[in-house]
Amino acid sequence: MKKELTREQYLDLYYYMRLNRAVEDMMVKLFRQNKIVGGLYSSLGQEAISVGTAYALEKKDWLAPMIRNIGALLVKGVRPRDVFMQHMAKYDSPTKGKDGTSHFGDLDNLHIVSPISMLGDLIPVMTGVAMAGRYLGQKIVAMTWIGDGGSSTGVFHEGLNFAAVQKAPFVLILENNLWAYSTPVRKQVPLENLADRAKAYGIDSYIVDGNDVVAVFSTAKEAVERARAGEGPILIEAKSFRRMGHAQHDPAEYVPKEMRAYWEARDPIALYEKFLTGEKLLDAKGRKEIEERINTLLAEERDFAENSPMPPPEFAETGVYCTGDDCHKIRAKWERPIAEVTPPRSSVEAVWTVPGFGSGKGSGGAHAPIHFGDTPPAEERSASERKPANTGKPAMKVTTKTASKKTVKTPAASASRKARR
Amino acid sequence: MAKTNGAGTNGAAASGTPGTFLEAIKQAMFEEMERDPAVVLIGEDVGVYGGAFKTSEGLLERFGWERVIDTPISESAIIGAACGMSYLGLRPIVEMQFIDFIVCAFNQITNFVAKGHYLWNAPAPMVVRGPSGGGVHGGPFHSANPEMYFVHTPGLKVIYPSTPYDAKGLLKAAVRDNNPVLFFEHKFLYRRIKGEVPAGDYTLPIGKAVVRREGKHLTILSYAAMLHTSLEAAEALAKEGIEAEVIDLRTLLPLDEETILNSVKKTNKCLVVHEDTKTGGIAGEIAAILCEKAFGDLDGPLMRVTSLDTPVPYAPTLEEYFLPNAKKVFSAAKELARY
Repeated sequence: MKKELTREQYLDLYYYMRLNRAVEDMMVKLFRQNKIVGGLYSSLGQEAISVGTAYALEKKDWLAPMIRNIGALLVKGVRPRDVFMQHMAKYDSPTKGKDGTSHFGDLDNLHIVSPISMLGDLIPVMTGVAMAGRYLGQKIVAMTWIGDGGSSTGVFHEGLNFAAVQKAPFVLILENNLWAYSTPVRKQVPLENLADRAKAYGIDSYIVDGNDVVAVFSTAKEAVERARAGEGPILIEAKSFRRMGHAQHDPAEYVPKEMRAYWEARDPIALYEKFLTGEKLLDAKGRKEIEERINTLLAEERDFAENSPMPPPEFAETGVYCTGDDCHKIRAKWERPIAEVTPPRSSVEAVWTVPGFGSGKGSGGAHAPIHFGDTPPAEERSASERKPANTGKPAMKVTTKTASKKTVKTPAASASRKARR
Repeated sequence: MAKTNGAGTNGAAASGTPGTFLEAIKQAMFEEMERDPAVVLIGEDVGVYGGAFKTSEGLLERFGWERVIDTPISESAIIGAACGMSYLGLRPIVEMQFIDFIVCAFNQITNFVAKGHYLWNAPAPMVVRGPSGGGVHGGPFHSANPEMYFVHTPGLKVIYPSTPYDAKGLLKAAVRDNNPVLFFEHKFLYRRIKGEVPAGDYTLPIGKAVVRREGKHLTILSYAAMLHTSLEAAEALAKEGIEAEVIDLRTLLPLDEETILNSVKKTNKCLVVHEDTKTGGIAGEIAAILCEKAFGDLDGPLMRVTSLDTPVPYAPTLEEYFLPNAKKVFSAAKELARY
């Protein structure tokens, strides 16, 4: 860990990681007391990711959590009581008992979009949030998370591809915790680094140690700033480990003991405490103060949650539809002149411009057919380039960029490729 | 500037009477985008090309790249992004190039978009519209009537108009509605139907059926292209002294039970005609409603004329056999009238 943050930032990160863990510890107790209605999912050992990434956002920015991102919600300003009540299906919870876990949001104040259980759906949704924010001139960044498991869904691809095409101010955190329920990452994705997925969409990516909160924060901060500056979406792979099972019911016996031991020795909070102590940012007294502050807060929050009633049964029938202005006043918040997006200023000529076309070297200039954009015409190619295709069959006509890449091989390159096999 | 910026051909300045169904759609979108900069159009080939059926022709020229968004072929991403846009107060109109492709985004619509208001108080004011229906030899993947997948989803509204006048008024209402609305446009009607399309601004209430033809002997409930088939059959029935009351449902979710019940309580007989396949079609739901609320008023069984329970076949001979037609409606109505 490098020292580069302010003292306040260092201590904030510590506070939120401790809060994240304490909130989840308390929920484990509530679960064992049968006070949690449904499943309970743990982010034990992954707190640095939720906290470090969300802490890189500004207040106006938008996020959408996944099931293991309670820490991100806390950083964004969600009260622990709301997290408790969501899990306990209480009437005072953000969804008033209609949904549980981290499945809640806040469009007006905190700018949080609720997740659904189907993985990947948030990626296009947050792309849309990012696009709308840009359209309205709000200069926001949208962020969401996905797991190693969720990165195999179709909508992950559709969403990230669309975000890339749109250059949307969107940051996707790919939390690689090595397990999708009981399936190890090697059985899900044939890649060493899931960040490589970004290459398919022509976007930039980072790989970060997900157990190093300072590294996570610094990386996320850079990504958020770049996205805000208009550089397009960025993928961050945070490597970590899911220390608990998929949910409370799952003892995760499928996880090798050595793997668990390795990661337990790399607990993100313990690592960070060591760093903070070494940097003299935290001492025993400071640590105790934070613990007491959290304990006092959570006792109050838990009491509030426990005292909240269950929703009345007939409440089930309400709220399927928005009934209009009395229900929601939907007004876009414009932070740019509306004249820019209304005629006559918005009016354009409806033709595609194809950047780079006709300007490629040796492309035949403006008269080149479109697929040849930057491919040298056949007569300019060297004899050696054409050789590999000349294997007894009639000479292959190289017509596209992709095809030429395939056939342009030096003998040495072919040999070394063979040698590696 | 390109030759058409919409003002002359599509806009409020044009007197659109009478207009085609397609022009009505175009006018509605044009006027809504003109009225409210929060309205944007997003879909495959909606911009430069103006949509596969040219329903958005001229919109890009007038409103620009930020408001008329050509997308990759990614229905889930399109619907998802529109949903995200709606959370910031935009009112996206999504075009599905053919409504058949809407099922590629089924999860996004039924789980994300539809449930948001109920679960976490998040309205998604967006419209998903596109050409639907058969009779144009589009084959099994360009002829679908997938409305009932979505009528079964609380949180959505489903509109399926039959006239240009309704198409414009209901599409404008859909854009202004705070809920996700699916808007089916029967492509058989796009250029074949002409009707009054007032040039100015008007909306029609979502969830209201309309009596297209009054009658006393039986009620025919229908919508979209089959409404016209039903009216044709009603003409033939009238020549035989059977006066059918023909009702255009217009909205399938919410269903206008009041208009249905009022008519059936008067005629005591009900025939439902829809182009959707039989099993799980809206006729079944209507039958249940009548059993629950008008059982004592029925003098005969609820009858239905629908497409066959098969995929939509391609060959004209097969498709014609598959689809309902005026003759089939006529025979069913005659049989029902005998009770």
